[in-house]
Amino acid sequence: MSFFKKSPWVIHYDGSSCNGCDIEVLACLTPLYDIERFGIINTGNPKHADVFLITGTINEQNLEVVRNIYNQMPDPKVVAAIGICATSGGIFRECYNVKGGVDTAIPVDIYIPGCAVRPEAIIDGVVAALGVLEKKAAALKTMKASA
Amino acid sequence: MMVHVEEQSLVVVDKGQIVDKATQMSKEGFRLVQISCLAKDSYEVTYSFDKNYACAHVRVVLPKDNPELPSITGAYFAAFTYENELQDLFGIKVSGLALDFKGKFYKLSVKTPFAPQPQQPAQ
Amino acid sequence: MATRTIVPFGPQHPVLPEPIHLDLVLEDEKVISAIPSIGFIHRGLEKLVEKKDFLEMTYVAERICGICSFIHGQSYCQAIEGVMKIDVPERALYLRTIWGEMSRIHSHLLWLGLFADGFGFESLFMHSWRVREKLLDLIEETTGGRVIFGTAKVGGVRRDMESLTLKRVEDELKIIEKMSHELTDVFKKDSSVKRRTVGKGVLSKEDAITLGAVGPTVRGSGIASDMRKLGYAAYGKISWEPVIETGCDCYARCMVRCRELYQSFDMIYQAMAKIPDGPVDVKVTGNPNGEYFARVEQPRGEVIYYVKGNNTKNLERFRVRTPTFANVPPLVKMLGGCELADVPVIVLTIDPCISCTER
Repeated sequence: MSFFKKSPWVIHYDGSSCNGCDIEVLACLTPLYDIERFGIINTGNPKHADVFLITGTINEQNLEVVRNIYNQMPDPKVVAAIGICATSGGIFRECYNVKGGVDTAIPVDIYIPGCAVRPEAIIDGVVAALGVLEKKAAALKTMKASA
Repeated sequence: MMVHVEEQSLVVVDKGQIVDKATQMSKEGFRLVQISCLAKDSYEVTYSFDKNYACAHVRVVLPKDNPELPSITGAYFAAFTYENELQDLFGIKVSGLALDFKGKFYKLSVKTPFAPQPQQPAQ
Repeated sequence: MATRTIVPFGPQHPVLPEPIHLDLVLEDEKVISAIPSIGFIHRGLEKLVEKKDFLEMTYVAERICGICSFIHGQSYCQAIEGVMKIDVPERALYLRTIWGEMSRIHSHLLWLGLFADGFGFESLFMHSWRVREKLLDLIEETTGGRVIFGTAKVGGVRRDMESLTLKRVEDELKIIEKMSHELTDVFKKDSSVKRRTVGKGVLSKEDAITLGAVGPTVRGSGIASDMRKLGYAAYGKISWEPVIETGCDCYARCMVRCRELYQSFDMIYQAMAKIPDGPVDVKVTGNPNGEYFARVEQPRGEVIYYVKGNNTKNLERFRVRTPTFANVPPLVKMLGGCELADVPVIVLTIDPCISCTER
């Protein structure tokens, strides 16, 4: 991927992660990794966001929160599950309050494994997610044109 | 070279005495460190206090059926977090809580998961 | 009396990397009371002891929190070693001290950044994290991981550091220390930082004791309570005194962390000068039988690990009381009477680590 036409904004929510992946997501925004150079901005508002970065497992209490944030995001949108917990439940899979990975709550486009996931992997994953985003945007356009 | 093991005192008291004991500890300037519980054939609730790095544990043993405990939030307001935890995770009824979440402190998929006979997870 | 409004704060909130929810009862802009509700990250990992044996649980303990990860692993190992009366080699204890303090510096730099972001000083946030990345490089070089170290082990540590590496780490740390001074000077002297922190979120000395505050929160209220004084690992063999500030406000708690940074650098230098040669672990045989409460000082305060074994591979009970759990009642107290716009700053000063709290 050489360039994007748009500046994708991301929103981050911590499902029930141990913080390791969260601080790595934040580390991506800071000077060494600096994903802002791609025009990516971290926003707190789901209605401004194109990419949903989610860390940690899904449990009883955050299920609704995650669905709520997802439903508030405008189309086209992509979801990236960051870290092994978000991918499959990881080390906490057998806990009684854990439902599993993020895909038990909402559809996931990109899985980024690792414990804790490395910033390089997150950047790679986000860039891959942007590819999906552009495809979804194109699909949405043709759908509208044919309608 | 020795292994580092801290000297800690432990006394077992009756359920009825715990509030008085906590009030006394509070007057002596102890800080409430934690309240934990172990559920097996009975409930062992351990209160830990600290003053000048000396750690004192007070233990109350409760029967398996209908465990009930008076709240120590009168002496230590901070106990509300631990006592709500006892209610939610262990199913111990704590009476006289200063801030009672009535079983909503944690939202769980399993009711009182740490109680001796946990119900099967809903799956 | 003005009309009261309840404003929900969180779970998804721009200043919080982790979810916590507070119901703020307001009269106009003034917060009358705050009611916390937690449980968004509750996994129930204490129950995992039934499925994983006591050696495997070290990895779970390290993943209770990704920021103070190493110290969690160390505390768990100390609890098991306390039950099993394992004699840990001295070199391992020094290495634990070095890694533990590196983890504290990384945590405090991280917090300083988040705190700056909390009151809208974004360049300071970026700068703190830039300095922190240099330290993470050292951590990665010596342990293999950036945030989850994976080096704690029952009976010692998993890796050794060669003397050349130790020397290099020391040189690098001196550079990081110098960079940190530029950073903490801003927190100390900048008028805009002071305007947002001085006199905000006051927690009196008496309240700090009765509400059971721990860590920098209690030390910011003038009480010298630091579990490292118990002398575990190598803390009994190096000279240091707990950092205290008497301001009782957000500024005081921030200053405690700024000064602790340099204390940690100093502890590492002392430990590196004194580290003895020898093995870094012992073989662990048998199963834990008995109970023990291990107390360790984390970046956020005192953590309690309770383990009870019944002479089988799996522990009977494993309980963690983390520092943020103890700091929730003091937080509720601090929030009473503050202005709505100061809530994020005050919440951040206890350095909330929610995934620790809810386990």
